[in-house]
Amino acid sequence: MELSIDLVEKSNHLIIRLSGEIDAYTVPKLKESLLPLTQKSGSVVEVDMESVSYMDSTGLGVFISALKSTKENDSHMKIMNLNDRVYRVFKITGLDEIMDIGRSNKVERK
Amino acid sequence: MRKVIDSNIENYKNLLKSYIETQDERSLYGVEMMSKSFLKNNILPEEIVNLHIQALEDLYPDLSEEIKHSMNFLLEAMISYGLKHQEIQTLREQQIALKSEISVAASMQDTFLKTDIPTIEGLDIGAISAPAHQMNGDYYHFVKGKNGTLGMAIADVIGKGIPAALSMSMIKYAIDSYPEESMEPNVILENLNRVVERNVDPNMFITMIYAQYSPAYNKLRFSSAGHEPGFHYYAKDNRFEELKTKGLALGVLADVEYQEYELKMEKGDMVIFLTDGVTESREEDRFVEVEEVLDVIRKYKTYSAQEIVNHVYKYFERLQDFQLRDDFTMIILRKEV
Repeated sequence: MELSIDLVEKSNHLIIRLSGEIDAYTVPKLKESLLPLTQKSGSVVEVDMESVSYMDSTGLGVFISALKSTKENDSHMKIMNLNDRVYRVFKITGLDEIMDIGRSNKVERK
Repeated sequence: MRKVIDSNIENYKNLLKSYIETQDERSLYGVEMMSKSFLKNNILPEEIVNLHIQALEDLYPDLSEEIKHSMNFLLEAMISYGLKHQEIQTLREQQIALKSEISVAASMQDTFLKTDIPTIEGLDIGAISAPAHQMNGDYYHFVKGKNGTLGMAIADVIGKGIPAALSMSMIKYAIDSYPEESMEPNVILENLNRVVERNVDPNMFITMIYAQYSPAYNKLRFSSAGHEPGFHYYAKDNRFEELKTKGLALGVLADVEYQEYELKMEKGDMVIFLTDGVTESREEDRFVEVEEVLDVIRKYKTYSAQEIVNHVYKYFERLQDFQLRDDFTMIILRKEV
Protein backbone atom coordinates (compact mmCIF):
# COMPACT_ATOMS: atom_id res chain seq x y z
CA MET A 1 0.00 0.00 0.00
CA GLU A 2 1.02 3.61 -0.59
CA LEU A 3 1.56 6.56 1.68
CA SER A 4 0.37 9.96 0.55
CA ILE A 5 1.60 13.16 2.11
CA ASP A 6 -0.12 16.55 2.07
CA LEU A 7 1.43 19.67 3.43
CA VAL A 8 -0.39 22.78 4.65
CA GLU A 9 1.84 25.70 5.51
CA LYS A 10 0.77 28.73 7.57
CA SER A 11 3.90 30.76 8.34
CA ASN A 12 5.56 28.85 11.19
CA HIS A 13 2.73 26.40 11.64
CA LEU A 14 3.10 23.36 9.41
CA ILE A 15 0.54 20.61 9.12
CA ILE A 16 1.59 17.41 7.42
CA ARG A 17 -1.24 14.99 6.68
CA LEU A 18 -0.35 11.36 6.12
CA SER A 19 -2.59 8.71 4.75
CA GLY A 20 -1.90 5.08 4.01
CA GLU A 21 0.68 2.80 5.59
CA ILE A 22 4.08 3.57 7.05
CA ASP A 23 6.51 0.71 6.62
CA ALA A 24 9.99 -0.02 5.28
CA TYR A 25 8.82 0.83 1.74
CA THR A 26 7.16 4.16 2.45
CA VAL A 27 9.56 5.33 5.18
CA PRO A 28 12.10 7.01 2.82
CA LYS A 29 9.33 9.20 1.40
CA LEU A 30 8.13 10.20 4.86
CA LYS A 31 11.67 10.99 6.00
CA GLU A 32 12.25 13.17 2.96
CA SER A 33 9.15 15.28 3.67
CA LEU A 34 9.19 15.39 7.47
CA LEU A 35 12.84 16.05 8.36
CA PRO A 36 13.28 19.36 6.47
CA LEU A 37 10.18 20.75 8.23
CA THR A 38 11.68 20.15 11.66
CA GLN A 39 14.90 21.88 10.63
CA LYS A 40 13.17 25.25 10.46
CA SER A 41 13.93 27.05 13.70
CA GLY A 42 10.83 27.98 15.69
CA SER A 43 8.44 25.99 13.53
CA VAL A 44 5.61 23.89 14.91
CA VAL A 45 5.11 20.72 12.90
CA GLU A 46 1.82 18.94 13.34
CA VAL A 47 1.73 15.42 11.96
CA ASP A 48 -1.83 14.31 11.35
CA MET A 49 -1.98 10.52 11.36
CA GLU A 50 -5.76 10.13 11.23
CA SER A 51 -5.65 8.24 7.93
CA VAL A 52 -2.63 6.09 8.76
CA SER A 53 -3.95 2.58 9.15
CA TYR A 54 -0.69 0.87 9.92
CA MET A 55 2.81 1.72 11.00
CA ASP A 56 5.59 -0.72 11.75
CA SER A 57 8.65 -0.09 13.85
CA THR A 58 10.74 1.29 10.96
CA GLY A 59 8.34 4.26 10.94
CA LEU A 60 9.37 5.04 14.50
CA GLY A 61 12.95 5.55 13.32
CA VAL A 62 11.83 8.57 11.28
CA PHE A 63 9.92 10.08 14.20
CA ILE A 64 12.95 9.61 16.45
CA SER A 65 15.21 11.37 13.91
CA ALA A 66 12.61 14.12 13.63
CA LEU A 67 12.44 14.46 17.42
CA LYS A 68 16.24 14.76 17.61
CA SER A 69 16.10 17.35 14.87
CA THR A 70 13.47 19.45 16.71
CA LYS A 71 15.80 19.58 19.71
CA GLU A 72 18.75 20.68 17.61
CA ASN A 73 16.77 23.26 15.68
CA ASP A 74 14.49 24.62 18.37
CA SER A 75 11.32 23.50 16.63
CA HIS A 76 8.42 21.41 17.90
CA MET A 77 6.67 18.29 16.59
CA LYS A 78 3.20 17.20 17.57
CA ILE A 79 1.83 13.84 16.42
CA MET A 80 -1.95 13.83 16.19
CA ASN A 81 -4.90 11.50 15.79
CA LEU A 82 -3.23 8.12 16.09
CA ASN A 83 -5.43 5.08 15.87
CA ASP A 84 -5.08 2.46 18.61
CA ARG A 85 -2.82 0.14 16.67
CA VAL A 86 -0.39 2.88 15.72
CA TYR A 87 -0.51 4.38 19.20
CA ARG A 88 0.45 1.00 20.66
CA VAL A 89 3.78 1.08 18.77
CA PHE A 90 4.64 4.47 20.34
CA LYS A 91 3.56 3.28 23.77
CA ILE A 92 5.48 0.01 23.83
CA THR A 93 8.73 1.66 22.80
CA GLY A 94 8.30 4.31 25.51
CA LEU A 95 8.20 7.11 22.93
CA ASP A 96 4.76 8.28 24.07
CA GLU A 97 6.47 9.64 27.19
CA ILE A 98 9.03 11.77 25.39
CA MET A 99 6.97 12.93 22.40
CA ASP A 100 3.97 15.24 22.11
CA ILE A 101 1.37 12.69 21.04
CA GLY A 102 -2.40 12.93 20.78
CA ARG A 103 -4.62 9.91 20.22
CA SER A 104 -7.53 9.73 17.85
CA ASN A 105 -10.20 12.40 18.21
CA LYS A 106 -12.80 9.73 17.81
CA VAL A 107 -11.58 7.89 20.86
CA GLU A 108 -11.43 11.04 22.98
CA ARG A 109 -14.96 12.02 22.12
CA LYS A 110 -16.42 8.75 23.35
CA MET B 1 30.41 -16.45 -30.58
CA ARG B 2 31.54 -16.12 -34.14
CA LYS B 3 30.70 -19.80 -34.56
CA VAL B 4 27.13 -19.32 -33.45
CA ILE B 5 26.64 -16.63 -36.10
CA ASP B 6 28.45 -18.59 -38.83
CA SER B 7 26.45 -21.72 -38.23
CA ASN B 8 23.24 -19.71 -38.60
CA ILE B 9 24.05 -17.74 -41.77
CA GLU B 10 22.37 -20.19 -44.13
CA ASN B 11 19.38 -20.69 -41.89
CA TYR B 12 18.86 -16.94 -41.46
CA LYS B 13 19.14 -16.38 -45.19
CA ASN B 14 16.48 -19.01 -45.92
CA LEU B 15 14.10 -17.66 -43.30
CA LEU B 16 14.54 -14.14 -44.61
CA LYS B 17 13.98 -15.21 -48.19
CA SER B 18 10.86 -17.14 -47.33
CA TYR B 19 9.47 -14.21 -45.35
CA ILE B 20 10.19 -11.64 -48.06
CA GLU B 21 8.45 -13.84 -50.61
CA THR B 22 5.42 -15.07 -48.63
CA GLN B 23 5.32 -13.19 -45.28
CA ASP B 24 4.57 -16.52 -43.58
CA GLU B 25 4.26 -16.99 -39.80
CA ARG B 26 6.58 -19.97 -39.85
CA SER B 27 9.66 -17.99 -40.81
CA LEU B 28 8.82 -15.35 -38.19
CA TYR B 29 8.66 -18.11 -35.60
CA GLY B 30 11.97 -19.48 -36.94
CA VAL B 31 13.75 -16.17 -36.51
CA GLU B 32 12.29 -15.73 -33.05
CA MET B 33 13.82 -19.06 -31.99
CA MET B 34 17.10 -18.05 -33.53
CA SER B 35 17.21 -14.72 -31.71
CA LYS B 36 16.56 -16.50 -28.42
CA SER B 37 19.58 -18.69 -29.03
CA PHE B 38 21.61 -15.56 -29.94
CA LEU B 39 20.63 -13.96 -26.62
CA LYS B 40 21.69 -17.07 -24.76
CA ASN B 41 25.08 -16.90 -26.47
CA ASN B 42 25.54 -13.17 -25.78
CA ILE B 43 25.42 -12.20 -29.46
CA LEU B 44 25.41 -8.40 -29.71
CA PRO B 45 22.76 -6.46 -31.66
CA GLU B 46 25.25 -5.12 -34.22
CA GLU B 47 26.33 -8.67 -35.02
CA ILE B 48 22.73 -9.48 -35.92
CA VAL B 49 22.49 -6.40 -38.16
CA ASN B 50 25.71 -7.52 -39.79
CA LEU B 51 24.25 -10.98 -40.34
CA HIS B 52 21.22 -9.35 -41.92
CA ILE B 53 23.41 -7.29 -44.29
CA GLN B 54 25.31 -10.41 -45.38
CA ALA B 55 22.13 -12.38 -46.00
CA LEU B 56 20.57 -9.51 -47.93
CA GLU B 57 23.64 -9.09 -50.16
CA ASP B 58 23.75 -12.85 -50.87
CA LEU B 59 20.07 -12.97 -51.76
CA TYR B 60 19.99 -9.75 -53.79
CA PRO B 61 23.44 -9.11 -55.33
CA ASP B 62 22.23 -6.02 -57.17
CA LEU B 63 20.94 -4.27 -54.05
CA SER B 64 20.88 -0.50 -54.43
CA GLU B 65 23.75 1.50 -52.93
CA GLU B 66 21.26 3.49 -50.85
CA ILE B 67 20.00 0.34 -49.08
CA LYS B 68 23.59 -0.80 -48.47
CA HIS B 69 24.57 2.53 -46.94
CA SER B 70 21.44 2.61 -44.87
CA MET B 71 22.25 -0.84 -43.44
CA ASN B 72 25.73 0.31 -42.41
CA PHE B 73 24.14 3.33 -40.84
CA LEU B 74 21.84 1.06 -38.80
CA LEU B 75 24.85 -1.03 -37.80
CA GLU B 76 26.50 2.04 -36.28
CA ALA B 77 23.29 3.01 -34.51
CA MET B 78 23.13 -0.40 -32.81
CA ILE B 79 26.60 -0.29 -31.29
CA SER B 80 25.68 1.49 -28.05
CA TYR B 81 22.95 -1.09 -27.47
CA GLY B 82 25.64 -3.72 -27.65
CA LEU B 83 27.73 -1.90 -25.06
CA LYS B 84 24.73 -1.65 -22.72
CA HIS B 85 24.09 -5.33 -23.17
CA GLN B 86 27.64 -6.13 -22.12
CA GLU B 87 27.23 -3.87 -19.09
CA ILE B 88 24.20 -5.87 -18.00
CA GLN B 89 26.25 -9.03 -18.23
CA THR B 90 28.89 -7.52 -15.95
CA LEU B 91 26.25 -6.31 -13.49
CA ARG B 92 24.72 -9.74 -13.40
CA GLU B 93 28.07 -11.26 -12.50
CA GLN B 94 28.67 -8.60 -9.86
CA GLN B 95 25.26 -9.28 -8.38
CA ILE B 96 26.06 -12.95 -8.03
CA ALA B 97 29.35 -12.05 -6.32
CA LEU B 98 27.55 -9.65 -3.94
CA LYS B 99 24.95 -12.22 -3.08
CA SER B 100 27.58 -14.70 -2.13
CA GLU B 101 29.43 -12.08 -0.06
CA ILE B 102 26.23 -11.27 1.81
CA SER B 103 25.69 -14.91 2.54
CA VAL B 104 29.25 -15.14 3.88
CA ALA B 105 28.51 -12.08 6.08
CA ALA B 106 25.28 -13.69 7.26
CA SER B 107 27.03 -16.86 8.26
CA MET B 108 29.80 -14.90 10.02
CA GLN B 109 27.07 -13.05 11.87
CA ASP B 110 25.59 -16.38 12.93
CA THR B 111 28.98 -17.41 14.29
CA PHE B 112 29.48 -14.10 16.13
CA LEU B 113 26.05 -14.19 17.69
CA LYS B 114 25.90 -17.87 18.43
CA THR B 115 24.57 -18.56 21.89
CA ASP B 116 24.03 -21.97 23.41
CA ILE B 117 21.02 -22.61 25.54
CA PRO B 118 22.53 -23.38 28.94
CA THR B 119 21.35 -26.04 31.38
CA ILE B 120 19.79 -24.38 34.39
CA GLU B 121 18.58 -26.48 37.26
CA GLY B 122 14.80 -26.86 37.20
CA LEU B 123 14.31 -24.69 34.13
CA ASP B 124 13.21 -25.85 30.67
CA ILE B 125 14.33 -23.37 28.00
CA GLY B 126 13.21 -23.07 24.39
CA ALA B 127 14.36 -20.47 21.87
CA ILE B 128 13.93 -19.82 18.17
CA SER B 129 14.94 -16.94 15.91
CA ALA B 130 14.30 -16.88 12.18
CA PRO B 131 15.23 -14.04 9.83
CA ALA B 132 12.78 -12.75 7.21
CA HIS B 133 15.68 -12.01 4.83
CA GLN B 134 19.29 -13.06 4.72
CA MET B 135 20.39 -11.30 7.88
CA ASN B 136 18.58 -11.39 11.20
CA GLY B 137 17.77 -8.14 13.03
CA ASP B 138 16.52 -10.05 16.05
CA TYR B 139 18.82 -11.45 18.64
CA TYR B 140 18.76 -13.52 21.79
CA HIS B 141 21.51 -14.29 24.19
CA PHE B 142 21.91 -16.58 27.19
CA VAL B 143 24.60 -16.51 29.81
CA LYS B 144 24.98 -18.76 32.84
CA GLY B 145 26.31 -17.12 36.00
CA LYS B 146 28.71 -18.73 38.48
CA ASN B 147 25.99 -19.18 41.08
CA GLY B 148 23.70 -21.03 38.69
CA THR B 149 21.66 -17.99 37.60
CA LEU B 150 20.53 -17.46 34.03
CA GLY B 151 21.01 -14.17 32.22
CA MET B 152 18.89 -13.71 29.12
CA ALA B 153 18.46 -11.01 26.50
CA ILE B 154 16.00 -10.71 23.64
CA ALA B 155 16.38 -7.80 21.25
CA ASP B 156 15.04 -6.35 18.03
CA VAL B 157 16.96 -3.76 16.08
CA ILE B 158 14.72 -1.32 14.24
CA GLY B 159 15.93 -0.34 10.86
CA LYS B 160 15.99 -3.29 8.54
CA GLY B 161 18.58 -5.19 6.64
CA ILE B 162 22.31 -5.52 6.89
CA PRO B 163 23.30 -2.36 8.84
CA ALA B 164 20.71 -3.21 11.46
CA ALA B 165 21.88 -6.78 11.75
CA LEU B 166 25.50 -5.71 12.07
CA SER B 167 24.80 -3.48 15.04
CA MET B 168 23.67 -6.58 16.95
CA SER B 169 27.27 -7.80 17.16
CA MET B 170 28.08 -4.59 19.01
CA ILE B 171 25.34 -5.33 21.54
CA LYS B 172 26.54 -8.86 22.08
CA TYR B 173 30.13 -7.85 22.70
CA ALA B 174 29.04 -5.07 25.01
CA ILE B 175 27.01 -7.53 27.11
CA ASP B 176 29.91 -9.99 27.14
CA SER B 177 32.25 -7.33 28.46
CA TYR B 178 30.20 -6.54 31.58
CA PRO B 179 31.52 -8.18 34.75
CA GLU B 180 29.16 -10.70 36.25
CA GLU B 181 28.53 -8.76 39.46
CA SER B 182 26.99 -5.91 37.48
CA MET B 183 24.54 -8.13 35.62
CA GLU B 184 21.42 -6.51 37.00
CA PRO B 185 18.84 -6.12 34.28
CA ASN B 186 18.26 -2.39 34.71
CA VAL B 187 21.97 -1.61 34.95
CA ILE B 188 22.72 -3.64 31.83
CA LEU B 189 20.08 -1.74 29.86
CA GLU B 190 21.36 1.61 31.14
CA ASN B 191 24.88 0.71 29.99
CA LEU B 192 23.73 -0.63 26.64
CA ASN B 193 21.64 2.48 26.06
CA ARG B 194 24.78 4.61 26.27
CA VAL B 195 26.61 2.31 23.85
CA VAL B 196 23.77 2.38 21.32
CA GLU B 197 23.09 6.12 21.67
CA ARG B 198 26.72 6.96 20.93
CA ASN B 199 27.38 4.51 18.16
CA VAL B 200 24.29 3.93 16.12
CA ASP B 201 22.71 5.98 13.36
CA PRO B 202 19.89 8.26 14.65
CA ASN B 203 17.37 6.38 12.52
CA MET B 204 18.18 3.12 14.19
CA PHE B 205 17.26 1.96 17.65
CA ILE B 206 17.01 -1.26 19.57
CA THR B 207 14.33 -2.68 21.82
CA MET B 208 15.36 -5.23 24.42
CA ILE B 209 14.32 -7.16 27.48
CA TYR B 210 17.04 -8.32 29.81
CA ALA B 211 16.06 -10.93 32.40
CA GLN B 212 17.82 -12.82 35.11
CA TYR B 213 16.51 -16.02 36.68
CA SER B 214 17.69 -17.28 39.99
CA PRO B 215 16.84 -20.97 40.60
CA ALA B 216 17.53 -20.65 44.33
CA TYR B 217 14.63 -18.20 44.76
CA ASN B 218 12.52 -19.11 41.66
CA LYS B 219 12.57 -15.45 40.85
CA LEU B 220 12.82 -13.75 37.52
CA ARG B 221 13.98 -10.12 37.50
CA PHE B 222 13.68 -8.20 34.28
CA SER B 223 13.78 -4.78 32.66
CA SER B 224 12.50 -3.64 29.30
CA ALA B 225 13.82 -1.05 26.90
CA GLY B 226 10.73 -0.42 24.79
CA HIS B 227 10.38 -4.08 23.89
CA GLU B 228 7.22 -5.98 22.99
CA PRO B 229 5.73 -7.13 26.32
CA GLY B 230 6.25 -10.72 27.39
CA PHE B 231 3.77 -13.00 29.15
CA HIS B 232 3.60 -14.95 32.36
CA TYR B 233 1.69 -18.22 32.12
CA TYR B 234 0.21 -19.29 35.43
CA ALA B 235 -0.01 -23.08 35.31
CA LYS B 236 -2.30 -23.21 38.33
CA ASP B 237 -5.04 -21.19 36.56
CA ASN B 238 -4.10 -22.01 32.94
CA ARG B 239 -4.00 -18.27 32.23
CA PHE B 240 -1.62 -15.74 30.67
CA GLU B 241 -0.86 -12.33 32.01
CA GLU B 242 0.94 -9.63 30.07
CA LEU B 243 4.15 -8.41 31.70
CA LYS B 244 3.48 -4.70 31.94
CA THR B 245 6.75 -2.85 31.66
CA LYS B 246 7.85 0.69 30.97
CA GLY B 247 11.12 1.85 29.49
CA LEU B 248 12.41 3.73 26.48
CA ALA B 249 13.99 1.89 23.56
CA LEU B 250 17.81 1.89 23.48
CA GLY B 251 19.54 4.67 21.57
CA VAL B 252 16.84 7.38 21.68
CA LEU B 253 18.10 9.56 24.56
CA ALA B 254 21.53 9.70 26.18
CA ASP B 255 20.65 9.10 29.82
CA VAL B 256 17.80 6.80 30.62
CA GLU B 257 16.98 4.94 33.81
CA TYR B 258 15.23 1.62 33.64
CA GLN B 259 12.88 0.09 36.13
CA GLU B 260 13.38 -3.44 37.34
CA TYR B 261 10.45 -5.84 37.73
CA GLU B 262 10.25 -9.17 39.48
CA LEU B 263 8.05 -12.22 39.31
CA LYS B 264 7.93 -15.55 41.05
CA MET B 265 7.65 -18.72 39.01
CA GLU B 266 5.71 -21.69 40.37
CA LYS B 267 5.84 -25.24 39.07
CA GLY B 268 4.74 -25.42 35.44
CA ASP B 269 4.71 -21.64 35.04
CA MET B 270 6.11 -20.22 31.82
CA VAL B 271 7.52 -16.87 30.86
CA ILE B 272 7.28 -16.02 27.18
CA PHE B 273 9.36 -13.38 25.43
CA LEU B 274 8.95 -12.47 21.77
CA THR B 275 9.68 -9.80 19.17
CA ASP B 276 7.17 -7.70 17.24
CA GLY B 277 7.76 -9.89 14.20
CA VAL B 278 5.32 -12.19 15.97
CA THR B 279 2.63 -9.66 16.93
CA GLU B 280 2.93 -7.54 13.80
CA SER B 281 2.59 -10.44 11.42
CA ARG B 282 -0.31 -10.27 9.02
CA GLU B 283 -2.30 -12.74 7.06
CA GLU B 284 -3.42 -10.94 3.93
CA ASP B 285 -5.22 -7.95 5.43
CA ARG B 286 -5.78 -9.43 8.84
CA PHE B 287 -3.50 -8.66 11.76
CA VAL B 288 -2.54 -11.48 14.05
CA GLU B 289 -3.75 -10.74 17.52
CA VAL B 290 -1.70 -11.64 20.56
CA GLU B 291 -4.48 -13.95 21.74
CA GLU B 292 -3.83 -16.16 18.74
CA VAL B 293 -0.17 -16.58 19.73
CA LEU B 294 -1.17 -17.51 23.25
CA ASP B 295 -3.76 -20.00 22.02
CA VAL B 296 -1.09 -21.83 20.05
CA ILE B 297 1.18 -21.93 23.12
CA ARG B 298 -1.71 -23.23 25.22
CA LYS B 299 -2.44 -25.92 22.67
CA TYR B 300 1.11 -27.29 22.86
CA LYS B 301 1.73 -26.67 26.55
CA THR B 302 2.42 -30.32 27.34
CA TYR B 303 5.40 -30.34 24.98
CA SER B 304 8.93 -29.22 25.86
CA ALA B 305 9.69 -25.49 25.75
CA GLN B 306 11.73 -25.95 22.57
CA GLU B 307 8.92 -27.90 20.89
CA ILE B 308 6.42 -25.19 21.81
CA VAL B 309 8.46 -22.38 20.22
CA ASN B 310 9.01 -24.56 17.14
CA HIS B 311 5.26 -25.15 16.84
CA VAL B 312 4.44 -21.46 17.18
CA TYR B 313 7.00 -20.62 14.52
CA LYS B 314 5.59 -23.22 12.13
CA TYR B 315 2.08 -21.93 12.74
CA PHE B 316 3.06 -18.38 11.75
CA GLU B 317 5.15 -19.47 8.84
CA ARG B 318 2.13 -21.28 7.43
CA LEU B 319 -0.13 -18.31 8.17
CA GLN B 320 2.13 -15.99 6.20
CA ASP B 321 2.48 -18.45 3.37
CA PHE B 322 6.06 -19.30 4.32
CA GLN B 323 7.18 -15.76 3.56
CA LEU B 324 7.94 -13.98 6.83
CA ARG B 325 7.55 -10.20 6.66
CA ASP B 326 9.69 -9.62 9.70
CA ASP B 327 12.25 -11.52 11.76
CA PHE B 328 10.64 -13.89 14.23
CA THR B 329 12.02 -14.63 17.68
CA MET B 330 10.50 -16.35 20.69
CA ILE B 331 11.87 -17.60 23.99
CA ILE B 332 10.03 -19.71 26.56
CA LEU B 333 11.29 -20.39 30.07
CA ARG B 334 9.36 -22.99 32.07
CA LYS B 335 9.86 -23.96 35.66
CA GLU B 336 9.90 -27.72 35.79
CA VAL B 337 9.72 -28.62 39.45
